[in-house]
Amino acid sequence: MTMNRRLFLGTMAAGSAILSAPMVLGQAKPRVVVIGGGAGGATAARYLAKDSQGALDVTLIEANPIYTTCFFSNLYIGGFYNFEDLQHGYDKIAAGGVTVINDLATGVDRAAKTVTLAGGQTVPYDRLVLSPGIDFREGSVAGWSVADAEVMPHAYKAGPQTQLLKAQIEAMPQGGTFAMIAPPNPYRCPPGPYERISMVAWYLKQNNPTAKILIADPKENFSKKALFEEGWGRHYSGMVEWVGPDMGGNEIEVRPGSMEVLIDGEVTKVDVCNVIPGQVAGQIAALAGVTADSGWAPVDPANMRSKMDENIWVLGDSSAQGDMPKSGFSANSQAKIAAMAIRGDLLGSRVFPAKYSNTCWSLIAADDGVKVGAAYEPTPEKIASVESFISQTGEDAALRKATYEESLGWYAGITADMFG
Amino acid sequence: MRRVLSLALLIVAMGSGPVAADVIGDAERGATLYKRQCSACHQIGPDAVNRVGPRLNGIFGRRAGALEDFKYSKPMARMGADGLTWTLDTLHAYVENPKALVSGTRMNYRGMADAEARGALLAYLREWSDKPQNIPEAEPTALKTNPDLSPAILALKGDADYGEYLAAECSTCHRADGSDQGIPAINGWPEEDFVVAMHAYKQKLRPHPVMQMMAGRLSNDEIAALAAWFATLD
Repeated sequence: MTMNRRLFLGTMAAGSAILSAPMVLGQAKPRVVVIGGGAGGATAARYLAKDSQGALDVTLIEANPIYTTCFFSNLYIGGFYNFEDLQHGYDKIAAGGVTVINDLATGVDRAAKTVTLAGGQTVPYDRLVLSPGIDFREGSVAGWSVADAEVMPHAYKAGPQTQLLKAQIEAMPQGGTFAMIAPPNPYRCPPGPYERISMVAWYLKQNNPTAKILIADPKENFSKKALFEEGWGRHYSGMVEWVGPDMGGNEIEVRPGSMEVLIDGEVTKVDVCNVIPGQVAGQIAALAGVTADSGWAPVDPANMRSKMDENIWVLGDSSAQGDMPKSGFSANSQAKIAAMAIRGDLLGSRVFPAKYSNTCWSLIAADDGVKVGAAYEPTPEKIASVESFISQTGEDAALRKATYEESLGWYAGITADMFG
Repeated sequence: MRRVLSLALLIVAMGSGPVAADVIGDAERGATLYKRQCSACHQIGPDAVNRVGPRLNGIFGRRAGALEDFKYSKPMARMGADGLTWTLDTLHAYVENPKALVSGTRMNYRGMADAEARGALLAYLREWSDKPQNIPEAEPTALKTNPDLSPAILALKGDADYGEYLAAECSTCHRADGSDQGIPAINGWPEEDFVVAMHAYKQKLRPHPVMQMMAGRLSNDEIAALAAWFATLD
């Protein structure tokens, strides 16, 4: 078994070395450009530079000089994290040998192998990594468009939107109503909307205990449903009302002008409305022409390489890869596989079989943490789940507290892994 | 030699091979062993109180780190929170090599390699546990070593390059700077302890679900590769 694997690996590495030889000889350094500085892109850029030890010319293009993580932004809404705790700069990535450009990528010319930026610059690449997260599908919630996000925030790309939503919740009148329009599958962070409900409920219980929470959901089922429902019953009894598709949760219209939500035609006046619309890959993936009709970018399960262009890799939320959830943990896991594959491709370094993993922690109330996770491996068709676990209902307080503390450790760990 | 025994124990303890009925061990001999090796730090019996170590009455079936009036080490408290419960299997593993089961335990004890002696000691401890009926009588004889398996595992020379790649999965949670907030640090872990601990997760002797899953899909080669890589870190 051992010998077989090593022989196999050795053969692969030798093959890559031969293929990549002309490129290594033809120019000083192969150029890898990464678009998007989140869990996928920042990790990929950092690992490419770190592991190639100067043999690759790595550029990271990210519009925001300071990145705000979407994961854990619900804890800011609940009052468990400061906004600044979610923010990270790129100075350590730059110090690690990555050229960081704070600009918006506006186009990809796949024939010329160049990226154009809003500032007018053109950046050439040999390999391009796209990790642009999500964009919203216009028209997915009747009555709402991205322009209405100043009134009915999505808060599903962390930053000013998250601060706006928190400010609106804090300004709710006593006994007011918070509404959420939950998204259809697939979307970023499957437990995210429901962790958000938990955090809003936590805040309201302390500050506005007669307030109500209304969720209109087009999905029959959602991630960790039994755990969330148990938690809402235990901590926020009578506060949370979930309306599924059989009760009209899939027949929604919103009216930002009058702050009304219509569920199957029935009008409810609300004080805050968090609209989390249907989602597609970040726009640059579509502009690059690597997305399918689904709106997501299909990739090779073995290494995250685009099925549309062999010089392009797509990571994280934007990719259509199979069973992995769209999460920061997944993107970070995929980025390391991709970085290894790109180094093998360009430099002939060893390429090992892909192992992917994910764990999503959610906070239901103070010291009441739960988690779900799985291990994944590539099959010819997709990245497939091979083993999984989930927190159980009825767990004792010590385990839930340990799970929450573990999630804090994970946040510190993954952000160090992403940003150095 | 200790590592050979540890691995063999861990592997066989989870195995499903034929098990002959037998008692746990000779409790009388266990009393002598206890007096000589444990009683400087632990008390057991009707008037037992906590001393350097926690009192051992009712240890079978108790969650690790569960006595409210004893201040446990952070790693022990964490293992308890993760779900480690003292059963015949877990006590055997802990007494054999405390750090294999609970890395960083404060119990300053080198371990008891002889399975029969451990059986005797545990038979004695059981006399002071509340629920002796929960303890299976047949299991101790399953603790024979398997001479075919452990040398094969031990002969594995870890591929550190492969380990470096595999370790990238670890660093999503375990911090490279050695911080242990909520999640333990694993840099600088001795190779031998690392291998034993990972096999303990793989065979679900250690309780944490994420680690059981991560270790569960690692082959013996891959565990050796990871151990070889982490041994190169400061």
